[in-house]
Amino acid sequence: MSPTILLLLALGLGLAGWLAARARAWTFRKASPDGRLASLPSYHAWYVALWIILPVLVFVGAWSAIAPGLVTQSVLASPAADQLPAFGFQRQTILNEARAVATGASQAVFNPLAKEFVEPYRQALSFYNWIGIAATLVIAFLGGAWSFLRLKPDFAARTRVERIVMAILLGASLVAILTTIGIFVSLIFETMRFFGMVNPLDFLFGTHWGPDPMSNPDNPDSSRYGAIPLFWGTLFIGAIIAMIVAIPLGLMSAVYLTQYADPRLRAWIKPTLEILAGVPTVVYGYFAALTIAPAIRDFAISLGASNPSSESALAAGLVMGVMIIPFVSSMADDSIAAVPQAMRDGSLAMGATTNETIRRVLVPAALPGIVAGVMLAISRAIGETMIVVMAASTAANLSANPLDSMTTVTVQIVAMLTGEGSFDHPATLSAFALGFVLFMVTLGLNFIALRVVKRFREAYE
Amino acid sequence: MVTVVHQNLEDTDAKMSARNVSVFYGDKKAIDEVSIDIPTRYVTAFIGPSGCGKSTFLRTLNRMNDTIPSARVEGDIMLDGEDIYKSGMDVVQLRARVGMVFQKPNPFPKSIYENIAYGPKIHGLAEGKDELDAVVEKSLRRAGLWEEVKDRLQDSGTALSGGQQQRLCIARAIAVDPEVILMDEPCSALDPIATAKIEELIDELNGRYAIVIVTHSMQQAARVSQRTAFFHLGKMVEYGRTSDIFTNPLEQRTQDYITGRYG
Repeated sequence: MSPTILLLLALGLGLAGWLAARARAWTFRKASPDGRLASLPSYHAWYVALWIILPVLVFVGAWSAIAPGLVTQSVLASPAADQLPAFGFQRQTILNEARAVATGASQAVFNPLAKEFVEPYRQALSFYNWIGIAATLVIAFLGGAWSFLRLKPDFAARTRVERIVMAILLGASLVAILTTIGIFVSLIFETMRFFGMVNPLDFLFGTHWGPDPMSNPDNPDSSRYGAIPLFWGTLFIGAIIAMIVAIPLGLMSAVYLTQYADPRLRAWIKPTLEILAGVPTVVYGYFAALTIAPAIRDFAISLGASNPSSESALAAGLVMGVMIIPFVSSMADDSIAAVPQAMRDGSLAMGATTNETIRRVLVPAALPGIVAGVMLAISRAIGETMIVVMAASTAANLSANPLDSMTTVTVQIVAMLTGEGSFDHPATLSAFALGFVLFMVTLGLNFIALRVVKRFREAYE
Repeated sequence: MVTVVHQNLEDTDAKMSARNVSVFYGDKKAIDEVSIDIPTRYVTAFIGPSGCGKSTFLRTLNRMNDTIPSARVEGDIMLDGEDIYKSGMDVVQLRARVGMVFQKPNPFPKSIYENIAYGPKIHGLAEGKDELDAVVEKSLRRAGLWEEVKDRLQDSGTALSGGQQQRLCIARAIAVDPEVILMDEPCSALDPIATAKIEELIDELNGRYAIVIVTHSMQQAARVSQRTAFFHLGKMVEYGRTSDIFTNPLEQRTQDYITGRYG
């Protein structure tokens, strides 16, 4: 609650600063002989407003990280603290209960000891709340006053504002990169813990997967952590079966839509195809598990299979392929449409048919975009979870028969993390190692795709 | 208003002839009742101010307007006496006989060799590598490009200079051995030296192919063509020998245009 108040306060002060600065800039303008300023009044206004709001935002961010710790510290300084258990789970529960009552989130406490802490909490919270508000006001005032005093008729407010805005944009783009690095680091950390317990070679090259979350965590059986069947299942379902469906269908639909379709038809089909990309994967999962998988099972029986699995790699792969079609077709469509009309005219004027023009000129010229679309689709298919969870099963089989049940890396990550093993058990930690491998493979795929595109692109300009 | 056609055009062997051709883009009439005979052995130039329809008319001659969905053509256009807009006409065959070079050089993003070999391959004009090599060399020689590129036939066609690219496009058109070559302002994106080379090339090709060139430059029309047609506002105003059009035009508007009064 208190950060919200502080933010509203900052915005209010910022607005006040904005109005004051603009009024001041207008007086400059009136006073100046030719009615011109180095920057427009609104830039003066934004300059002051940003100088009020940004420092406050930084402070609020830091304050909401520090304040709870300060509150707890002052509560622990109260006389009742001596009765608390020294540390651990119970101590935390008591403090949390007291805090919840103090902030009004709950009405009563279960633990009698917690009652002792309600009043100290209430006092500490309101004390630090006021400190926060006071500090916000001081910071806003300092920022506002400093920037306001700098306003002059020849002050270059526009360049300053543009520089601040550029810094904000840079920060926005850094968030995504920093998050990726953060994910990577946390993955590495947990993966190292796992490899401290299980030999990496057994993990990467073993062919038997069957971690037992109930086994003794201190002495894991390395031979049960062979991830080859998972890698194979992922590859077979995501990169082979799904791509056999998605690449030809996606490409053909892109070619039809860009080269043959009537514009009115295209205006209908293209958005419809793209809706396919917006269908939640769980829904595809139902479809795969309830419709496709039984159909494939019946088909297998008609072929003479004695006891086919009701969960097959084929069912998951086919549905996943259909799900991926829009990715391939939409990227291919965009890059084919981006090939200059002059290329097409040049080929047609040679007496090439539309078909020859597409195969020999348009697709080669659009290849970088098409490859990028396919790589994106493969990454997406490899990382896909819901369809395989619902349609492919959790049994790790190393088999080339698409009618067998198989499992994938993502399915096992879900199974291991939601299993009943404790968090530091190697079976649970194996999820991180699997995630790490998945991350590296996707990274490698993208890297290879970039190299391939660079090597084979037919640049038309 | 009727087109003024000079009466001293003795050539009877018209390669292509248009009769009362009108072109519409949607409801807008871009070409109005144009009739013209394109001679077999000469270079014919279409001149006129921007937007007068000369490029549009050029594109009707090998049905490149078919690629524009809203375009519609009325009237008759004959190639060796055969109506090219009749139903059942094979557009692919037509365009192999009537080639085209565009305003902006548009080599395919392939090697120089592949650019030239493209047409012969799709039309099955060469059997085997040796024959194809010969066609490529002959076409590049005719386009005056062989000496400049013979050592780097595998380089990308887009890596050449603008003038070389345009000569590559001409060589590409020649490679399928057309009867007519249409050129749509082939020099408008080139510098004067490259332009001079193209004009020289047109002179050399003259006689071997019927050439129709659309140009903005009246000097260019005067230099390279033997027949000139002046277009204005979608109509063909005057058609005759280039020397007559430039020295002795019969129409006031032609006179005004070539003396630079407008356009």
